[in-house]
Amino acid sequence: MSTPNTTVPLTTLTPKDFSSDQDVRWCPGCGDYAILNQVRRVLAALGSRREKTVFVSGIGCSSRFPYYMNTYGFHSIHGRAPAIASGVKIANPELDVWIVTGDGDGLSIGGNHLLHILRRNVNVNILLFNNRIYGLTKGQYSPTSEEGKKTKSSPMGAIDIPITPLSIALAAEASFVARAIDVDKNLADVLQAAAQHRGTSFVEIYQDCNIFNHFAFQYATDKATKDEHVIYLEHGKPLVFGKNRDKGIRLDGSHKPEVVQLGKGVTEDDLIFHDQNDENLAFLLSRLSYPQFPEPMGVFYKAEDDCYEDLLDGQVRQAVAAKGSPDLDAFLRSGETYTVGA
Amino acid sequence: MVAGTPTNAASQPAAAGASHTQRVELASAVIRFAGDSGDGMQLAGSQFTDTSAIAGNDVATLPDFPAEIRAPAGTVPGVSGFQINFSSQDIHTPGDEVNALIAMNPAAFKAHIQDVQNGGVVVVNDSEFDKVNLRKAGYPEGYNPLDDSKYQDRYKIYRVPISRLNDESLAGSGMTAKDTGRCKNMWALGLIYFLYDRSLDTTIKYLDDYFGKKKKLPQVAEANIKALKAGYYFGETAEIFPVRYHVGRAPVSPGTYRKVTGNEATAMGLVTASKLSGKTLIYCTYPITPASDILHDLATMRHMGVKTFQAEDEIAAVCAAIGVAFAGQLAVTGTSGPGLALKSEAIGLAVMTELPLVVIDVQRGGPSTGLPTKTEQSDLLQAMFGRNGDCPVIVLAAQSPADCFNAAIEAVRLAFKHMAPVLLLTDGYIANGSEPWKVPDASSFEKIPVSHPTDAASFKPYQRDEHLARPWAIPGTPGLEHRIGGLEKADITGAVSYDPANHHRMTELRAAKIVKVVDDVPPAQVYGPEQGDLLVVGWGGTYGSIRTAVERAQHEGRSVAGLHMRHLNPMPANLGQVFRRYKKVLVPELNTGQLRMLLRARYLIDARGLNKIYGKPFLVEEIHYAIEHMLSGQWGDRESIPPQPHALEASAPAQELHTGG
Ligand code: SF4
Repeated sequence: MSTPNTTVPLTTLTPKDFSSDQDVRWCPGCGDYAILNQVRRVLAALGSRREKTVFVSGIGCSSRFPYYMNTYGFHSIHGRAPAIASGVKIANPELDVWIVTGDGDGLSIGGNHLLHILRRNVNVNILLFNNRIYGLTKGQYSPTSEEGKKTKSSPMGAIDIPITPLSIALAAEASFVARAIDVDKNLADVLQAAAQHRGTSFVEIYQDCNIFNHFAFQYATDKATKDEHVIYLEHGKPLVFGKNRDKGIRLDGSHKPEVVQLGKGVTEDDLIFHDQNDENLAFLLSRLSYPQFPEPMGVFYKAEDDCYEDLLDGQVRQAVAAKGSPDLDAFLRSGETYTVGA
Repeated sequence: MVAGTPTNAASQPAAAGASHTQRVELASAVIRFAGDSGDGMQLAGSQFTDTSAIAGNDVATLPDFPAEIRAPAGTVPGVSGFQINFSSQDIHTPGDEVNALIAMNPAAFKAHIQDVQNGGVVVVNDSEFDKVNLRKAGYPEGYNPLDDSKYQDRYKIYRVPISRLNDESLAGSGMTAKDTGRCKNMWALGLIYFLYDRSLDTTIKYLDDYFGKKKKLPQVAEANIKALKAGYYFGETAEIFPVRYHVGRAPVSPGTYRKVTGNEATAMGLVTASKLSGKTLIYCTYPITPASDILHDLATMRHMGVKTFQAEDEIAAVCAAIGVAFAGQLAVTGTSGPGLALKSEAIGLAVMTELPLVVIDVQRGGPSTGLPTKTEQSDLLQAMFGRNGDCPVIVLAAQSPADCFNAAIEAVRLAFKHMAPVLLLTDGYIANGSEPWKVPDASSFEKIPVSHPTDAASFKPYQRDEHLARPWAIPGTPGLEHRIGGLEKADITGAVSYDPANHHRMTELRAAKIVKVVDDVPPAQVYGPEQGDLLVVGWGGTYGSIRTAVERAQHEGRSVAGLHMRHLNPMPANLGQVFRRYKKVLVPELNTGQLRMLLRARYLIDARGLNKIYGKPFLVEEIHYAIEHMLSGQWGDRESIPPQPHALEASAPAQELHTGG
């Protein structure tokens, strides 16, 4: 900054202060609206500064997100947001960088970049809006669409096996892995935990595309059924679910998870206790899927680890300490030189 | 026997010692070390280069790496070569014909003998010319080219049992046979130092520093030095060479020099640009031949504040660089042709978002994977047009190894000033080739100005300055929060716009912005007569051979001038006028005529081409021939001609006659 006296007084910002002047153009009823509102709220609650916040996205419905935030934003090209965000963080580690992506953008065309930002543990927050469909291109099946799904591009049913974003993230050495639902209250808690984690935070958000894949997550959102199909993870607590909190998940004799009815000799002590620092457990939880199991929501896994951009800065400091930082003349003359006399 | 280009001075007997060896003064000499890729030929060659540069010669080198890294030992595809032209005069190329070849095995002999001039010196490692190696090289059973009178008559062949003599010189050192064998390149180098009257000091110091101090292997240093000296003393005492040669100092201006390859100079240029602009250099790349050495060099420069980012792929590399540019630092990505293809879409994003980005393309043989270790100039049209949409970028090309330094600085300067991607083209030949470089004083550089807006009231993301550049507002600046992206932007505000007239206007503005860069492009200048029969136009790494050929034709009284283009987009403003001052225009290129196509389209001139796609640089002779051919009126209607076969290659009997199965 060339003029040091331009610091803005630290007034408290409201969610509205994070809204840009652009009209939001998602389809009416799209799950993206709920997520947008929660993100604005969380940023305000965390005392984030607009000028320090950057939203980076790729291509897809979700990737319009940066336009609606009154922060710095980069709506880039298909699948590449993690790479662009990595560059931003390497250039300026002080910035608070959020990546907004979708199941197509993040897991299909940009799958490789997702793997690598996770393993590098760049300190960003990744929000993957999973609607199990291609929305912007008007309804083709995606990498998370269920087998047999009939869409415009799969009239006889999709024959690709879907992938589970959280399993992928864990396999890629992610240091923070969580899941939430667009319309669920606990989205705010998950977003807040993600924002506060140092390292790459990966959050899968179930998002309803009410135009091309409406009700894809109805089992998890419908008031009548949701308690039976969703299990909220709490660190140190047993895996209990159900409307009457009378069911749980335990490991059977061959260490496979099974749903059990509490009572009749089964107590909470027999259940799996959630440990958000246990990556094996996290992977096991990531494999639980509807309809066989209730699907876990909340923080699956969290680990403290160094961030890529800090390590890189550290190497620069270390090199300067070891070799000094020569001026240009000394630099250009370092190594083998020889002098030709007059 | 000949082992170089004679001077006008008469040869004189060597003054020193009891030797009967004659001493011959040469103006310049071209020698080539060739052996198996495990034989250390690159080291021998680069040591000879350093020693010659320090002795005051002008030097130019051409390393020739095997195309296959794991080619079987002893076979022709596994041969590695290193050519050095060292001279008492100003030179621009590594030389056409080889005056002296050092062949460490039959495969090296087979692969390189046809490049040796008639009557040239060939020193072979006779120990390795056994049945097994002759077979591996593909010679028929029972045949040894060294016994073939075709070669004996044509060349002065010295059969020296280098492997055996090297082993003997190191007997009793306590080293294994394998480790001893690895010193034979130094033994050979010692012998060639004797032949060309060079001091051993530079190499002894190098071996001491590298093996002794850096690798902490003093016994390896000692063995190599012993082998080096043994080779030298063998030359002295065995008196196998009837003459020794000497190449005197070149008239170089006084100062501090270093030898640089193009990739080294590129790396140093980028660091220099970082210091001149006060921006952190962040080099985002994915390993690719022949560009990787830029990454390797920059990775050792953390103490200069340099950050390197080895991305997961080419696309991630350029995208990370775009993120760097958005965040306000010096963003550079480097690659070669196939990688540039992968970066196309992202470069379009940088054009749309109007961010300063430097993309370096070290060109190699294409298309597809092509010839990774060989040179070519076939990415020019890709650099100019290889993106979707009307998507102009600034395009520059470096002309020699040392010139990469200036070209890199200029690329950064233009990117910052014009808020535009700059594509800098080098090639495998100048990237790996080396030449002496007079190290400039830092005080001679102009600062690279950079400014970032801070005033929220007046800020508009796509409001342009007098160069049509938009403001570089960076995240972290209060009040300037804005969104950019790949969708079409509304003029001035930068909001997303689908307005037809706006799209038309923005397309024109993006083009006009690049056209305006011409204000920073110096007028094209010719070397030679201001008007005449022929203008030879080149670009990029062919500068040295074209210039040498043009100057030779000028000495022969031809009315020919040369013009070398560094700025390919935009081109110098006066270029069209210059063309009109010559009757004919010849464009030699290492491609099928890409610059020729641009010049014909743009200036409506009848440019003709000399086009070579051999994966190798031009020989001076090839260009000289094309000049003569054109001036003699024999060219006819052909738009281009291939190089005429090298005289020696055409008549070389070796490969055609004796290639086995
Ligand atoms: S297509 Fe689906 S995901 Fe896209 S905006 Fe409409 S409802 Fe939302």
